[in-house]
Amino acid sequence: MKIKLKVWRQKNKDTKGAFKTYNVDHASPDMSFLEMIDVLNTDLIRKGEESIAFDHDCREGICGMCSMYINGHPHGPLQTTTCQLHMRTFKDGETITVEPWRAKAFPVIKDLVVDRSAFDRIQQAGGYVNVNTGGVPDANEIPISKRIADEAFDAATCIGCGACVAACKNASAMLFVSAKVSQFALLPQGQVERMERAEKMVAQMDAEGFGSCTNTYACEAECPKGIKVANIARMNREYLGAMITSYDASSGGGGE
Amino acid sequence: MKLDSKIPEGPLAEKWTKHKFNLKLVNPANKRKYEVIVVGTGLAGASAAASLAELGYNVKAFCFQDSPRRAHSIAAQGGINAAKNYQNDGDSIYRLFYDTIKGGDYRAREANVYRLAESSVSIIDQCVAQGVPFAREYGGLLANRSFGGAQVSRTFYARGQTGQQLLLGAYGALNRQIANGKVKMYNRTEMLDVVLVDGKARGIITRDLLTGKIESHSAHAVLLCTGGYGNVFYLSTNAKGSNVTAAWRAHKKGAFFGNPCFTQIHPTCIPVSGDHQSKLTLMSESLRNDGRVWVPKKAMPGLKGIDAMKVPEADRDYFLERKYPSFGNLVPRDVASRNAKIVCDEGRGVGSGLAVFLDFTDSIKRDGEDTIRAKYGNLFDMYAQITGENPYKGPMMIYPAVHYTMGGLWVDYNLMTNIPGLYALGEANFSDHGANRLGASALMQGLADGYFVIPYTIGDYLANIGWADKIGTDHPAFNEAMQSSTDRMNKLVNIKGKKTVDEFHRQLGLTMWEYCGMSRSEQGLKKAKQIIQDIKKEFWTNVNVLGTSMELNQELEKANRVADFIELGELMVDDALARGESCGGHFREESQTPEGEALRKDDEYVYVSAWEFKGENQPEELHKEELRFENVKLTQRSYK
Repeated sequence: MKIKLKVWRQKNKDTKGAFKTYNVDHASPDMSFLEMIDVLNTDLIRKGEESIAFDHDCREGICGMCSMYINGHPHGPLQTTTCQLHMRTFKDGETITVEPWRAKAFPVIKDLVVDRSAFDRIQQAGGYVNVNTGGVPDANEIPISKRIADEAFDAATCIGCGACVAACKNASAMLFVSAKVSQFALLPQGQVERMERAEKMVAQMDAEGFGSCTNTYACEAECPKGIKVANIARMNREYLGAMITSYDASSGGGGE
Repeated sequence: MKLDSKIPEGPLAEKWTKHKFNLKLVNPANKRKYEVIVVGTGLAGASAAASLAELGYNVKAFCFQDSPRRAHSIAAQGGINAAKNYQNDGDSIYRLFYDTIKGGDYRAREANVYRLAESSVSIIDQCVAQGVPFAREYGGLLANRSFGGAQVSRTFYARGQTGQQLLLGAYGALNRQIANGKVKMYNRTEMLDVVLVDGKARGIITRDLLTGKIESHSAHAVLLCTGGYGNVFYLSTNAKGSNVTAAWRAHKKGAFFGNPCFTQIHPTCIPVSGDHQSKLTLMSESLRNDGRVWVPKKAMPGLKGIDAMKVPEADRDYFLERKYPSFGNLVPRDVASRNAKIVCDEGRGVGSGLAVFLDFTDSIKRDGEDTIRAKYGNLFDMYAQITGENPYKGPMMIYPAVHYTMGGLWVDYNLMTNIPGLYALGEANFSDHGANRLGASALMQGLADGYFVIPYTIGDYLANIGWADKIGTDHPAFNEAMQSSTDRMNKLVNIKGKKTVDEFHRQLGLTMWEYCGMSRSEQGLKKAKQIIQDIKKEFWTNVNVLGTSMELNQELEKANRVADFIELGELMVDDALARGESCGGHFREESQTPEGEALRKDDEYVYVSAWEFKGENQPEELHKEELRFENVKLTQRSYK
């Protein structure tokens, strides 16, 4: 099949980018979208033009590294990661527009590569249970109902790709943050630090410059792992609870 | 040089306990005076970095991805083994040890494997405490399944995403230490070299992948947790970025490479669809519990989908069930893979010719489509998405693909390479899986090494050298190493040849797959060696890397890695040539039984091969670490 690609090219974070149009004349319907870009890149190199930079790694939909905004949707028209999108989804002769994630908190590094380190910093603010290696109870000591474990898993399945942010008109990271807050709010292991966690992660999210949630649910519609907006509702409850009890870790305890 | 495995004396079950007691401890107040470098943030790296930081050491951690959470451990599907015996079905530490030794075809150290089995129980406790959402039964306790033909149910899992959940647990522990200031994290940073002074590892040279800047980092010890080298085959189930560079550079600085030819080829992968193929996707081998593997008795080129359903029973060859009536479709990975290759080589492959059917018709008839959907729905969906074919309406097609490398840097019982202060953990070392790894054991080993082995063993080394024994990056050895890394990058961008990096990589991969893949012969291996030497020569004169070395340059990153894969490929071929027996994943055509099964030769080859680099374009020297079996009796595997 023949494809026309309009791709965002940007040399580095300090220069202005622009769309450039390329023809891919020998795409196969069985190619993944990234393999189609590989083929285009080989053509470009042979012509002496620098290849299109893009993030990717596992190419099986789980590492969360690939991040292309295709025809107005993060990861393209299907609810998958870009690496799991195949060319058979497109029509022969179609023009496809490819952009990097668009969000202030995800600055463009080069071409389609963006900086998502803000996500790491939010996780560092509290996305864990404070336990050291060793000295923990036996794994079966605390029974957890299957329903709760499954629900926690559904939240924990987030791959941190940032499609939710890219999909949101406000570039809000609420779905991403709430997935982790929910996982630990549900599980008994997360109870001890439940309040503090919501407070700290939300504070870091705000500090990174992500927008607010206005309930359009675009994040849920585009999430390749099907993370539900119900997690956002849960995070709001957690956060509200934390604010009311106003637990301040730095002053050694508050109003609980 | 004599290889000292440092295996402790005493009865098997007491070795690790006694050894832990005999290891020196670092005074708690002094721990903060030590620095440790951890390269790679997969299960082994993230768990090691976090655990060492918790103890008080200062850690610098490095990953080439944009976040430590993306390391390829994340893609592991099936599960993690642990000898908890929660199911009351006869499991024990000894049984897990025994199964792992036997599964590895008696080419691993008893003491290491026993320690692995011992540590397995603590891993599950640790992960649960971190909030890893393992699958559970209705009563609220942890669920287990039998995996990869094991006779007990000892595999813990989190749907088909166990690796992801375990890695995110370790990533959380790592993040906690980053927030505490005990780990300094370097993302998008690749290790290019290890720096030795007076024979000890003193630090590393890195390249910032965003700016191209070459930097040096010094420390008291260096841990390589950099994964396996399956991508030497170009097509594998590894992530695109998975590479051997860190391990290979350490090898060229003197670290021995153990059993490089031991690779695992996984039988249930989605077949190649064309020349554009960039990677292969694994489907959990749990599919073989209900799927039947077959090809037509007589060649039927291009057969697939609904047409396959019309092939009468009498014209089908369920070759695994026919040849191995007692294990049937559940024979180990290497046996299933090799037999798929045999029938395809006979011209009876289906689809493109390089595929066999995995047929669920009988299971669907027996259990109903809903039951099969509940068990394997996500795998069937994945198959449909990638191939565009409906696996409920016709049999799946599968073909073997490179999945895991048992070989790696040679390490002693303390996980230290033969270079003092340089350690290798997880898939990057050779240590625990022998010639073949059992399903659900990779996650176990990565986490055992990082959470429960290295925190003890590194203390002994650090206490012995003392905190004052540190060399700064102003030492000439760092400058020299930085210069040679800079030269290499500049050389790669200045060749300005005609072929792309991928063309070389693909050519190398095809050569390895053909001659050093599922079946190996002396003649083929010798041919491969010549081809690889030619590829190497051409690479360094004709590769085309555009752009400069001082920017984000993904072609340069690839070129740098492929150059190392080419050299590793030659060593793998040498190793496969030197091992004139068949064992585990290594099948030498010259060493088979009259029925065509693998024939191990215990009187000649009960050793670990450890290869020493002797200089550019010089033959490497083979050292042998004899393996002593004091507890298990060596038997030939039989699945008939």
